[in-house]
Amino acid sequence: MTRRVPIKFLRMKPGHGEIVLTEGDPEVREDEERLVEEFRRQLDEGMWAAVPTTQPGSGRREAQMVRDYADIPADAERVIFFPRAAGG
Amino acid sequence: MLLALLALALVATVLLAPAIARVARDLNERRLAAQARRRARAAHTDFGDPGRERRAEGRARELLRSCVNDEEWAMYRDLGFIRVYGKLAARRPVFQDVISAATEQPEPPAPDVSPQYAYLIYPHKPIVAYVPQTRRLLSEYCVEFPDLTGAISRTRLPDSDDVLAKWMALTGDERRLIRNANMHLPGRQVDPGRVRRDLWRLAEWERQRRGSDSVEARRR
Repeated sequence: MTRRVPIKFLRMKPGHGEIVLTEGDPEVREDEERLVEEFRRQLDEGMWAAVPTTQPGSGRREAQMVRDYADIPADAERVIFFPRAAGG
Repeated sequence: MLLALLALALVATVLLAPAIARVARDLNERRLAAQARRRARAAHTDFGDPGRERRAEGRARELLRSCVNDEEWAMYRDLGFIRVYGKLAARRPVFQDVISAATEQPEPPAPDVSPQYAYLIYPHKPIVAYVPQTRRLLSEYCVEFPDLTGAISRTRLPDSDDVLAKWMALTGDERRLIRNANMHLPGRQVDPGRVRRDLWRLAEWERQRRGSDSVEARRR
């Protein structure tokens, strides 16, 4: 599926709130390479990635967990990285 | 001549030694004081700046607001927690689904029926599972999101980021979150009395917002 919108990678940071890791237009090759590299780096660092979504019919908001760059929905405007869950 | 110069140098060294020692001691004290100031400044920056934490929480609240449903945002703003309905169970007993979530059994189909269980998400507290129809508390899921990258940090996610992380993990992959959490009986960390009060507050809040539509409000 062809992506139409620029995308932003955000990461939750302790004591700070979210920070912008990178952003770009996935249709531009250099941007896409940077996005893929950053996505992999975050997952390698143990982050989970989620995309906030809105269901077309109901308008209900949920999150979609993504484990691979290719899984990011085409219309996603942001991916949020956060530390993986651990038993407390 | 050489001997005289050496003797002169020796005398000069002996005479100047206290002064040199004093200068060295001063320099060392200044260095230690500078180190202490740097440490104090770093400590102040990392842990003691209430403005920084407030700004972080402000950013986190905006992010949370932009992700969750309007009702969930209003719930968090007004009550301090978010309710998320569980999706693993529909026809089978609740406990069976909770156990199957922990053991990675295949997810059953989810018919369109009223939710059998729900979660209350509190910031930096365990997630509490309960039955909406009866308000019976089922379990606590102790879970946290420690950022272990880079240097070990003593700070934690802002409250609203913690809530958003739980919300995303629950709505995006409930099974995986439950598998990663430590499950306990109700009351281990969150006071059951407080949860029951919160469920009552939630019912009242929903009644005021939209009449008697909600499950909790119908129970009144």
